[in-house]
Formats: sequence, C-alpha cells, structure tokens
Amino acid sequence: MSARRLLVFGGIALVAAGMLFGDIFAVFVLHQNAGQQGAALLAASHAVAAGNPALLGPIFTQLGGLLEDHGTKLDAHVHMIGAGYLALILALVQPYIALAAAAKKSLAALFIAGGTLLSVGIFLIHYVGLAYSPFAFIGWASVLADSAGALLIVVLVIEAWGFRSYLRTRQLAEPALPDDDSWPRRALLGGGTLLVLLGFLHGAWYAGAYLYQHEQMETGILDNMLAASTANDLPAAATEVVNFGNLAGARAVNIAAHSHVIEFGLLAILLAFIQPFVFLSEKWRRRWTQLLLAGSLILPAFVLLELKFGLLAGGIADVGGLLVIVALVGMLVGVLRCTGTLDAGASTGGRK
Amino acid sequence: MTGSQRLLIFGGMALAAFGMLYGLHYAALVEHRMLDRLGGSLAQAFTDAAARNSASSQAALESYRSTKYDYVRQVDAHSHWIGLAMTMIVLGAAFGHVHYTESLRRTIALALLAGGTLFPLSVILQTYQHDAVLLKALAVASSGLVIVSMAAVAWGFFRRTTSA
Repeated sequence: MSARRLLVFGGIALVAAGMLFGDIFAVFVLHQNAGQQGAALLAASHAVAAGNPALLGPIFTQLGGLLEDHGTKLDAHVHMIGAGYLALILALVQPYIALAAAAKKSLAALFIAGGTLLSVGIFLIHYVGLAYSPFAFIGWASVLADSAGALLIVVLVIEAWGFRSYLRTRQLAEPALPDDDSWPRRALLGGGTLLVLLGFLHGAWYAGAYLYQHEQMETGILDNMLAASTANDLPAAATEVVNFGNLAGARAVNIAAHSHVIEFGLLAILLAFIQPFVFLSEKWRRRWTQLLLAGSLILPAFVLLELKFGLLAGGIADVGGLLVIVALVGMLVGVLRCTGTLDAGASTGGRK
Repeated sequence: MTGSQRLLIFGGMALAAFGMLYGLHYAALVEHRMLDRLGGSLAQAFTDAAARNSASSQAALESYRSTKYDYVRQVDAHSHWIGLAMTMIVLGAAFGHVHYTESLRRTIALALLAGGTLFPLSVILQTYQHDAVLLKALAVASSGLVIVSMAAVAWGFFRRTTSA
C-alpha cells in the first residue's frame, strides 16, 4: 500500500471512527452530563441558601469532573476527525512531496498513529487524572496526547520540507490523481463548497447577533442565581439553574451546527478528490455521495432545531450523522478494493 | 501547479503548523491553569455568597467572566487557524476547477490567506484588551474577507468558462 492510499484509508477511517464516537457521545453522555451539571448547580445554590460553604467543595469537585468528562470526550471526537482530515489532505498533496517512497510511507504511518494516539490520550485524561504524575497540572494521559500532537507537527514539518524540495525541481514525486469529471466528484465539490459557505455565514451571524449577548447573559444568570440563593428564594434559584442550562444548550447547538456544516463541507471536497481510489461502480459511488451530502445537511440543521423540538430533533441529527458514517464506510470499502495501478505509479516514480 | 494553488497550499500548511504549535503551547503551558482558575473562581463566588460576603462573591464572579472570556477566545483562535488552514489547502487542491483568470484566483487566494491569518489573530488579541472596538472591527472585517472570498470560490466552481 502506497503512502497516498495509506493516508486515504487511515484518514477516512479516523473520520468515520471520530464521527461514530461523536454519535455515541451525543446519545449516551451529552444530555445525561448536562442534567448532572444542572443538578450540581442546584445543589450548590441550596448550599448557598443554607449558608453552608463547607458543602460547596465536594459539589464543585463533582462539577469540575463533569465538565472535564464532557470536554475531553468532545475534544477526542474533534481531534480524531481533524487528524483524519489532515491525513486526507496529505494524501492529496503526496505527488508534490519530493521525498523517498519509503520515507513517505513511514511518515504516513506515523501520522495515522499520531492522530489515533492523540485522541486516545485526550479521551483518557478524565480517567487517568494526575495518577503517578510527577507534574502539578499534567497527567500521563495529557503527556501522551501532547506527545502525539508533537509527532503530528514533526510529520507536517517534514512534509512541508518535501514540498519545498518539489518547488525547486518541479518534478512530481508520483503521478497526480486522474482528473475525472464524474457526477460524484462534481456533486461533492459543489455541495461541499456550499456547505462550507453556509457554515461561514451561520458563524458570522451567530458571532454578530448572539456571541457577546450570550457571554453577558451567562454572568447575569449566575449573578441572579447567587442573589436568589442568598435571599433563600429557592424556586427563583432553580429557575436560574434552568436558564443557565438553556443558555449553555443554545450556545452548544449553534457552535455544533457551525462547526459540523463546515467540517462536512470540507470532507465532501476532500472526498471529491479521492474518488479515483474508491473502486466501486458509478451507481454505488453516486449512492454514497447522495447519502453523505444528505447526512451533512440533516445533522447541522436538526442540531439547530434541537432548541425548538428537543430530543426528537436530536435523534434525527444523530441519524444524519449515521448516514455520513455509512457513506464513509461504503467509500472505505471502495478504497480497500482499489489496488495496483495507482500504487504502482507511486512506487515507480512520477511524471513531470 | 499555479501560483494561486501554491499560495493556498503552502500558506495553508504554514498556518496549520502555526495553529498546532500555538495549540500545543497553550495545552501544555496555559490551559490547565486557566481551567483551574475558571473552576476556582466560580466555586469561590458560591462559597463567598454562602458566607454572605457579597463583595467578594461579585469579585470572584467577575474573575470567572474574565477568565471564560479569555478561554473561549484562545480555544476559538486555535481551532479557527487550523480550520481555515485546512480549508485553504483543500481549496488549493481544487483551485484548478475555479473558473477565473489566474490573476483573480491569486487575489482570492491572497484574501483567504490574509483573512485566515488575521481573523483568529484579532480574536486572540481581544484577550489582551477585552471588548476593544478596533479588534472587534478587525475580526468582522477579516471574517468578512474570508466569507466573500469563499463565495467567490463557490461561484467560480459553478462557472463553466474562464473569462479573459
């Protein structure tokens, strides 16, 4: 398997695994975790009302643990998908990396390993904590994640060096990908660009209309919560806890919709270029393309609608994510079936 | 490979490496302490309120607000640098299908590189001077530059021919 096919295969696998992890996280952890955070905040406001600061220590330790649990799982999901995207990008630029084929293959393997270890390290941070760590703030899982991140940087720097060498000689290291003009490729390219643009516009709208307002609302709600608790008005404090949860939900769904629609757009554009590696009939490539674009639109749209329609919309969003995963696995099968011609070109050298 | 493609791919790779280095530095040296300060100040606000010490509680809440303001922007800048860099690299590979003259494509590539660099930078700089109007304006202008460039790219993909 050439470096290019290793990066295509590993990249799609990382994206699919990261998305599957994200779907599992959304169904089994996200809402339960938010509920537990609300319960902890309510308990904290009760402790304030009772004038008992001693009760607050364990409550905030629990709250910190819940936030870390949520944050590290979200980060593991994001970083695994991000590493997958970078692997696909590196696959695209391999003809322009003037390094020996064996070195390129080792770099590809290191990159896939680094992307996997980075996510595993981040996931383990919550469970390993500071056990046996010689550092005051950083545990062994963080060390693993940071080392894997450094490995990715080293690989990228070497690849950039290889690109610089190409710029000197202008000699392709391996054949460029065939410039096919198939329907899947055009649909993925056009659809992906529109998805990215849609995400940019949504992000700009959210930042302009709500970002600063939401930031001010957060401290306002906390202020009201503390004032109500101090006045022993527990129903008012409970209302503020609900408001706090709703605000966190509104921010989360907007940020999730913004990032997901852009990521899916980028993924679609990337997949447009690796279509020559997807060794399937035109009919099946069309099906996977349609499924991927449909899921890419359904997930962010219904994540946004969660604010209005609650768990029903959340469930449909998860199905959208599942559609993308199925489409990716379908294309992955095509990449596995693709052998021979393109790899042979990579090992025997390129053309000008 | 055309000049506009080189600009996008090489600029994107440099921006991605910079964004990652920034993230590595932030995760290793800053984030843990900042998260501790974030949780600590919120806990302190509640503890002071329970002790009926309103002034200290307000100060702790203000510290929480300020730390959260910085934290959100540090993480946003890191992710936007890398995200925009990846967009540039991907677009660089696809730029042959953007049906404009090479000089217009180079202008678009330059606008994407400038916007992709300046937008997260203006976000980071807001942590040094909270709510600075000039930095907010820079963030709006640079993100607008990215959006307009992206719209031009999308239009270029759908155009059939290159105008002279």
